[in-house]
Amino acid sequence: MSLFAYVPDAGNRALVDLADAHNDTRAVLLSSEQEGIALAAGADLVGARAVVCMQSSGVGNCPNMLSLVRGGGFPMLLIVTMRGDYGEMNPWQYPMGQAVGPVLEAMGVLTYRVDADADLEPAAQAAVDAAWRGGQGVALVLSQKFLGAKPF
Amino acid sequence: MLDRREVLGALFPDPGAYLMVAGLAGSARDAAALTGEADTLFAFGGAMGGAVPMGLGMALAAPDRKVAVVTGDGELLMNAGALASVASTMPENLSIVCIDNGRHGETGGQLGHTARRTDLAGMAEGAGLPSAMTVSDAAGLGEAAAFLEEAPGPRFVCVRVAPGPPAEYKRNWDPAECRLRFRRAWRESRTARRG
Repeated sequence: MSLFAYVPDAGNRALVDLADAHNDTRAVLLSSEQEGIALAAGADLVGARAVVCMQSSGVGNCPNMLSLVRGGGFPMLLIVTMRGDYGEMNPWQYPMGQAVGPVLEAMGVLTYRVDADADLEPAAQAAVDAAWRGGQGVALVLSQKFLGAKPF
Repeated sequence: MLDRREVLGALFPDPGAYLMVAGLAGSARDAAALTGEADTLFAFGGAMGGAVPMGLGMALAAPDRKVAVVTGDGELLMNAGALASVASTMPENLSIVCIDNGRHGETGGQLGHTARRTDLAGMAEGAGLPSAMTVSDAAGLGEAAAFLEEAPGPRFVCVRVAPGPPAEYKRNWDPAECRLRFRRAWRESRTARRG
């Protein structure tokens, strides 16, 4: 993996910091999540791998750009950290949070959900394999059961 | 005013030196005509707003190659925040050329923001790109060609053109085929370079 493109979220902070600190990977701050889809496709054209990290709200910014996945056969790995999910206290987060699954499904992106610590490693491996061996678009969805809900 | 069909040939006398991404519609046709639809051109036919971030991903992942994005004013504005992402990462090997006709040509020529008050080179500069310029005549095209070679990257050129048709070119519309074609050409160029 060479690029970790991201829109900041509390849930992806540690991962992005790790990617930034690692010698072989680079964290790339995006303005909008849909940029990450096109960026990952650009990396793929030159034989590199990029991951796109976003909060669940950001999935709502992506559908048209995800045309690259089903139409272009670009492998794609999204890491989606959930809001509007189990234990959410902010009513603004529920509409998009609950639409993450249907939106991704509509655009032909598989979803692998992580609810417990034990799910993480196998789901992450399965997602990587689906993307770069299977040529699929796939989202690793880290739920609020796994991450914990944001306390207000 | 400039005829858009004369722009890319003047800016890129050696288009083969670049990996190229073209935004949808007229830009894709102009870039396909410039390169004879080179294998190392990926031209959008949808996913509006994707050209600059795709070029950014390519430039970051292939830092030893020159990458050019050719796009239009409408396409660029749909994802204008991508200019800030370019500025934050500062890929020296990335050049962005915007063919600015102030129109949404593909959908009937409706006026765009740049036909009113919006200045794209000003936006690129404001986003933090180290080099940005606007040209609007033949003499300017010569300056812009030199600018693409010499100005510190990432660099941005806005070319103001007259409303009018892009190049006639029947391009490949299958993005999956274009992806495979690009990747194959990329692999072959790597092998050739390693000798």
